[in-house]
Amino acid sequence: MSRLAARFEALAKAGRKALIPFVTAGDPRPDFTVPLMHEMVKAGVDVIELGVPFSDPMADGPVIQRASERALAHKMSLRRTLETAIEFRKTDQDTPIVLMGYLNPIEAMGYEAFANAAQRADIDGVLTVDLPPEEGLECSALLKARGIDPIFLLAPNSTDERVKKMDAAGSGYIYYVSLKGVTGAGHLNTADVEHKLQQIRANTNLPIAIGFGVKDAVTAKTIANIGDGVVIGSALINKIEDNLDDLDLAKQEIITLLASIRQALNS
Amino acid sequence: MTEKYNMPDERGHFGPYGGIFVAETLMPPIQELNEAYQRYLADPVFIAELDADLKYYVGRPSPLYHAERWSRELGGAQIYLKREDLNHTGSHKINNTVGQALLAKRMGKTRIIAETGAGQHGVATATIAARLGLECVVYMGAVDVARQSLNVYRMKLLGATVVAVESGSKTLKDALNEALRDWVTNVDNTFYIIGTVAGPHPYPAMVRDFQSIIGREAKEQCLEATGRLPDALVACVGGGSNAIGLFYPFIEDKSVKMYGVEAAGDGVSTGRHSAPLCAGRPGVLHGNRTYLMCDDDGEIIETHSISAGLDYPGVGPEHAWLKDTGRANYVNITDTEALEGFYALTRMEGIIPALESSHAMAYTMKLAPTMRKDETIIINLSGRGDKDMQTMAKREGIEL
Repeated sequence: MSRLAARFEALAKAGRKALIPFVTAGDPRPDFTVPLMHEMVKAGVDVIELGVPFSDPMADGPVIQRASERALAHKMSLRRTLETAIEFRKTDQDTPIVLMGYLNPIEAMGYEAFANAAQRADIDGVLTVDLPPEEGLECSALLKARGIDPIFLLAPNSTDERVKKMDAAGSGYIYYVSLKGVTGAGHLNTADVEHKLQQIRANTNLPIAIGFGVKDAVTAKTIANIGDGVVIGSALINKIEDNLDDLDLAKQEIITLLASIRQALNS
Repeated sequence: MTEKYNMPDERGHFGPYGGIFVAETLMPPIQELNEAYQRYLADPVFIAELDADLKYYVGRPSPLYHAERWSRELGGAQIYLKREDLNHTGSHKINNTVGQALLAKRMGKTRIIAETGAGQHGVATATIAARLGLECVVYMGAVDVARQSLNVYRMKLLGATVVAVESGSKTLKDALNEALRDWVTNVDNTFYIIGTVAGPHPYPAMVRDFQSIIGREAKEQCLEATGRLPDALVACVGGGSNAIGLFYPFIEDKSVKMYGVEAAGDGVSTGRHSAPLCAGRPGVLHGNRTYLMCDDDGEIIETHSISAGLDYPGVGPEHAWLKDTGRANYVNITDTEALEGFYALTRMEGIIPALESSHAMAYTMKLAPTMRKDETIIINLSGRGDKDMQTMAKREGIEL
């Protein structure tokens, strides 16, 4: 069983919801990420989504765009993101890591070379925003053969047919994009999410993590209770952006927010 | 010899290129668009309406003009200009926006968005939106807003909202990113009119089909004027819509050579250029696989060209396929050479070309003298130079 599947199974058994932070590797500096990942684990996160910086993040709002820009200014790349994961793994062999990014860096490396490198870095899942299953089967097969879960997105306008497609193509979990829009948008409607989740559940048994537009502990709890986990990204990166001249404070504020969400999820 | 050409396949692939590489939220609207497009393409009422708009609103057919003086001066092939500069709004872009806007109306969309580089596609979109009474938002890189201020004013005059995009390199690719973000947020009521033969399927095929009126007319006009097919076609390539519009109806006519002219900026060897077909590598950006300007890590690199309309790191996937199969030749022209083309056409024929089209003029100055006097070149004069007056005057040290 993959580390992700095992993690979600254990959470379900314990009646807990997954808390999944998203941070961009190398934002705002390459040496900031690994210590932050360890601190986040201490604060009670269950899976870490590690963003691979990309020059043209088409599905992301301004906050994550700027995170990519800061990381790229330090020559961060897919290769160095994998090195970041290796560094983290030296002292944490338990927390699943999911790479989240865009296809072109993987295309440039080559699918097979990437799959091998991800396996060497002990990556657990790969979510490629602009690679739907129609185009992604070659890459997914290479990942699956190495025990890495290909993770796909579903959206508010996804049909039953597409849910079934993701169920067949993906593993680990499904990432449900809670709203029509970009990451960090401000118009999340929990009633809509609840309604949609019923349709999705009817067509897949994969765990469902919900993200986009989750800003605080209250929303996180509501959302997590509808799905199997909640992804929080822009709200964390805001803390980095607000404290670029005091990164210790940035880290502390991220941990405080995650701890408050963990507490809300557990209560 | 004629060989059947029927690209793309059902999923939008031109060999390894093209396809649909988008986030999940855009899959349903893309499917909806594809279905609507296939349906209306076969609908005689839709086609009749489109043809009427092209005739009475755009002003088609555009003339095929024999540039006799310039041909004589260059001393080789006879040069004919396909006068897309004479279309309403001043470029070929309107052929496509008229078509897509009609489609938007049929699909019940009330809001139109577009990206623009030089502003020609933005103006053409704002124009048709005004005519149909649709809300229109145009995304334009902040750098381009500054260098194409005349077109920005035209768009505003036409009632469009122009959003200056401040992210990334602040040029055409960033405008496209921002338009995609808008579309993903407003998928229910919004139609995204992409201006070039890029983006996810069906855009590359759809924009090509709307632009191929250029080549269909040119073929007929050339046969009428010379009694035979042309020997060579020349067009500038940014995303590649004017080039594919001219090339496509000639693809099966193997005797017709095709030259796509990319922007070499300061020169391909300097790295400061916009020539992905000549000096890039295959990758995925903006919904399709094609040749791109990117580094070894797959990050898109900044492009450079004197012409905002060619300042783009990708190119339509069909051009990538035509390059790999050898059916078309892709060459490049520097900023300096493009300026020579600009002045040559202006002084020789009394026609001021857009800086984009000037790249095609400059390549023709190299090509024509190598050909016989009884041979024929058709150049796509894709746009007029009015929008570039400020840029040119500034280069000459003149304040307008």
